[in-house]
Amino acid sequence: MLLKVDNLIVNYGMINAIKDISFEVEKGEIVALIGANGAGKTSTMHAISGLIPSKGTITFNNKEISKIPAHKIVAEGLAQVPEGRRIFASLTVADNILMGAYLRKDKEEIKKDRQHVYDLFPRLYERRHQLAGTLSGGEQQMLAMGRALMSKPKLLLMDEPSMGLSPILVNEIFDIIREVNKEGVTILLVEQNANKALQIADRAYVLETGKITIQGKASEVAANPLVKEAYLG
Amino acid sequence: MEFINQIINGLSTGSMYALVAIGYTMVYGIAKMINFAHGEIIMVGSYIAYVCLAFYGLPIPAAIIISMALTACLGIVTEKVAYKPLRGKGSLDILITAIGVSYLLQNIFLLLFSSSGRTFPNIIPAGNVNVGGLSATYITVITLVVTFICTGLLLLFINKTKIGKAMRAVSEDRQAAQLMGININTTISLTFAIGSGLGAIAGIIYGCKFSLINPYIGAMLGIKAFIAAVMGGIGSVPGAMAGGLMLGVAESLTISYISSDFSDAVVFGILIFVLLVKPAGLFGKNVREKV
Repeated sequence: MLLKVDNLIVNYGMINAIKDISFEVEKGEIVALIGANGAGKTSTMHAISGLIPSKGTITFNNKEISKIPAHKIVAEGLAQVPEGRRIFASLTVADNILMGAYLRKDKEEIKKDRQHVYDLFPRLYERRHQLAGTLSGGEQQMLAMGRALMSKPKLLLMDEPSMGLSPILVNEIFDIIREVNKEGVTILLVEQNANKALQIADRAYVLETGKITIQGKASEVAANPLVKEAYLG
Repeated sequence: MEFINQIINGLSTGSMYALVAIGYTMVYGIAKMINFAHGEIIMVGSYIAYVCLAFYGLPIPAAIIISMALTACLGIVTEKVAYKPLRGKGSLDILITAIGVSYLLQNIFLLLFSSSGRTFPNIIPAGNVNVGGLSATYITVITLVVTFICTGLLLLFINKTKIGKAMRAVSEDRQAAQLMGININTTISLTFAIGSGLGAIAGIIYGCKFSLINPYIGAMLGIKAFIAAVMGGIGSVPGAMAGGLMLGVAESLTISYISSDFSDAVVFGILIFVLLVKPAGLFGKNVREKV
C-alpha cells in the first residue's frame, strides 16, 4: 500500500471538516475522491500534505507522515497540485518549474526531468521566460502539474484539476494525468467533476460532509444509483 | 550647482533610509509583519561597530563584519523568541510585541551606554570630492556607493539564486512554497538575517555621517525608513529603494530651501499624498484578499 489514511479527523476550531475517514491508495492506481463543494476534499489533501494539523494516522510508503512538517513530506515522494493551481505568479515559468525541484541536488537529472515536463507540456516550453501570472488558466494548471512532477513524486495529489477550464482543456489535462500515471506515478485525484474523474480512475471514494459514504471500483461507483443522481446527473 | 549638490546629499541620506527600508519591506514580504523593532536593530548595529572600533581597536573591515554578523543573529533571535510564537495570531499582537522589543532593546542600550551620545570613530576621512562645480563629502559618496553595491547584490541574490527565488515564492504563497519542500522557518530566519545585516551597515553609515550615536537613533531612522517602505509599496525591494531615495532628496531640498524645521513635516506630507493617490505605494501591487 502506497498511501494509507486511518481515522483521519480535521477540525477548524469547532467545525468538524473531516469526521474520521479511512482510505488507501495502492501503487500504480488512480484513485478518485469525489464529492460536492464543502465535503472536505481539499481538507483531506491538505492534511495528507501536512499543511494543516489533523488527527489519525497517515502512512506513506510504510512511513508514518502525519506528524512530519509539510516541506519534509515532499522529500518522501509525495507532491500536490493544489486547488486553484497556486503557481508563483511573479516568477517565470522556468523558475516555477525549478521551484518544483527545490529539494533535489542531481543537476543532470533535473535537466532531464525538466525536458520531460516540457515534452509533456510544449506550451510551457514556449512560454518558459514569461511570468507565470500571465498564463491562461489551462496553462497555469499545466505549470502546476509540471512543477509538482519536478519533485519526482511517487504519489501525486491532484486537487480539482478541471476547475475553471473549458471542456477541451479538461480533456487535455485528464489525458496527461493518465499519461503521467502510465509512467509510474500513482495518483489521488480530487474532483467535483465526478464524471471525468470516474472515467479515468481505478477506484473511487465518495466524500459527503466529512464522511466516506460510498467506495469501490470506479465503474461500480459510477453505476451506483445514488452517485448517478447526486453527482453524474 | 548648489541645487545638484543638495540632490546628491539627499540621495546619500536617502540611500541610508533605503538600506533600512529594505529590511522592513523584506520582512513584510516574507513574514507578513511589520518589524517595528527594526530601527533599534540598526542602533544596535551602530553600537556593535562602535565597541569594536573604540573599545577593542579592531580594523574597520573586522568591525563591519562583526557588526553585521551579530546584528543578523539578533534579528534571527528576535524573530524566534518574540514573533514566531505569535505566528497565526492577530497582527495586532505582533505589532504590540514588536513595539515591546523595540523598547527593550532601547533600554538595554540605555543601561549599557547611558543616554549620553558616544562619538563614533572617524573611519571615513573628512574631505570633499570635487568634480566640475560639484562637491560632495567622502561620506556622502561612500554611502551612495556602498548602498548601491549592497542593494545590487541583494537584487541579484533574490532574482538569480535558487534560495532567493524560494524567498520570493514564500512571499507570494507560503503554503504552495511548502509544497515545493521549502522550509518556511529557515526562509523567515534568513530574511531577518539579511534585513538586520543591511541594517548594521545603515547603522555604521549613520555613525559616520553624524559622528554621534545614542540609544535613540534607531527610532527616527526606523520611522523614516518605514515611511520609505510604505511609499515604495511595502513588500517591494525596488520600491523601498525608490522610497528611500525620494525621501532623502525631499528632506535635503526642504532643509536647504525652506527650513530644517519643516523637513519632517514634508516627509510625512509626502507619505500622506502618496497614500492618497496610490494606496498600495509606488511599486506596490493591489493585493486582493482571498475570500
